[in-house]
Amino acid sequence: MKRAEAMTRLERNEKLIRVALLLVAFSAVSILLVITVFIFGEGTPIMFKYGLKKFLFGLDWYPLEKSYGLLPMIIGSLFVTSGALVIGVPLGLACAIVLTEFSSKRLRRILKPVIELLAGIPSVVYGFMGVVILVPFIRDHLGGPGLSVLAASIILGIMILPTIISISIDSLEAVPRSYREGSIALGATRWQTTRMVMFPAAKTGIIASIILGMGRAIGETMAVIMVAGNAAIIPRSFLDPVRTLTSNIALEMGYAAGEHREALFATGVILFVIIMVLNTIANLTSKRNAP
Amino acid sequence: MRVRIDPRAEQQFFRALLWLLTGVTIFILFFIIFYVLKKGLPVVSLEFLTKNPVEMGKAGGIFSTILGTVALTLLAILIASPLGIGSAIYLTEYTRENWVTRVIRFGSECLAGIPSIIFGLFGFIFFVVKLGLGWSLLSGGLTLAFMILPTIIRTSEEAIRSVPYCYREVSFSLGGTRWQTVTRVVLPSALPGIATGIMLGIGRSIGETAAVIFTAGSSLHIPTSLFSSSRTMSVHFYILAREGISMSKAYGTAAVLIVAILAINIVAYTLMNRFMRKYR
Repeated sequence: MKRAEAMTRLERNEKLIRVALLLVAFSAVSILLVITVFIFGEGTPIMFKYGLKKFLFGLDWYPLEKSYGLLPMIIGSLFVTSGALVIGVPLGLACAIVLTEFSSKRLRRILKPVIELLAGIPSVVYGFMGVVILVPFIRDHLGGPGLSVLAASIILGIMILPTIISISIDSLEAVPRSYREGSIALGATRWQTTRMVMFPAAKTGIIASIILGMGRAIGETMAVIMVAGNAAIIPRSFLDPVRTLTSNIALEMGYAAGEHREALFATGVILFVIIMVLNTIANLTSKRNAP
Repeated sequence: MRVRIDPRAEQQFFRALLWLLTGVTIFILFFIIFYVLKKGLPVVSLEFLTKNPVEMGKAGGIFSTILGTVALTLLAILIASPLGIGSAIYLTEYTRENWVTRVIRFGSECLAGIPSIIFGLFGFIFFVVKLGLGWSLLSGGLTLAFMILPTIIRTSEEAIRSVPYCYREVSFSLGGTRWQTVTRVVLPSALPGIATGIMLGIGRSIGETAAVIFTAGSSLHIPTSLFSSSRTMSVHFYILAREGISMSKAYGTAAVLIVAILAINIVAYTLMNRFMRKYR
């Protein structure tokens, strides 16, 4: 009799626990929803009040005169991110290829975790290095104010290296050994094997790594503020200062109020949409070829 | 006419080029660490670590910012760990792959991709303004917890999955319920893996600036309660460097930050390696 009672109590507890865990498991999704609702709730009304077109294509950002054109910042983010990819992708992929195809296994065992450790360096430190070394160098040797598209691109390019390297290595390692062996057996050189067999086989993972790196570059804030110069105008050359969407928010959030603050949330909405699109693409590409 | 290149010459060329690029990459990454440590470590002394900042950080140490960092990180971990581990348990032990798990995974992956400045914006409008918590440890801790939740979910899930299935079968065969199996067999075995996720979360919280500066504020006072505003080391470093208050103090703070984060990450990876080797 007692045993039966004990069993039912345990069973009832099991049911309670299952429900509780289900609720907990939805925490991430609910947080995502709440964030979306609040960012859009604060940001979209002002977008529709002044017209979406003015926000997306307006050239003038003068918050005090109620002129909220975000085009310079959108283009700024675009420039800086493309610059980061131009610098980060070749370096990162070269590193991944060398570590998987051209070096000893021991070197990779040591270097891969070390590179992943570097992903933990705070972004402010990268920005600071930009300020003390890169910006003066650009100012003295290439001209311009130093705080520029170029400086931001280089710093972001370096920051996305760990992401690109580590995910690319993972996807190159996931290619079955037999692929490489088959190619070598046919008389191909290592480089031919890499270029014609390994790379195509690992393509989706590598693309995903680049998209994730791109997401990191677009979303980066503090490092960019420190080296980009932050003028809210469209840069005419890569030595001109630039302001990105993220820095636009962080620079003015401290003192903004009223409509100005809503305009910053609108900036957040645009950033949010761009990131979501990128994430979804990265998700889809990495899943399509997954086993 | 197409020029035929000897494949071996081609290989030599590309091998040299790729090694060169790799060399550059690794040099840059190491250079950053060594440069900051070289400039910063001489500034760090017992006094630097135990004195409060004076005159906005121009003189004195960074004691209150260390306290702020520790308090904020602890809070974030205390909030995020139960949620993250609970989610991972549900995903691995209590359900099969279906639309619910897909929705949960998708949500977690999206959350992981959101830039920290968006978390900062959200934390500001939700915790600081709407809930009236003000710039406080609580607002900052909650915001950070949301930010590191996906990391904890993902690593805990991997850790729980790597516990061999026979462990569970033995527990079930002894009459253990699912929850008993989870708490007494699966979780203890997966603990080192879960700890790795938590360590990574700690590392991320310590280095974060954008999400913290708008939620925890930047007061230099020693925090006394959950509702007092506090400045973390990263925020302090950012303000010192950006406003040019004191370059030497900035280097010192950066060195402390880097040493702390590297130490935590190294512990995390060692734990992970040991753990993975055990079950392979």
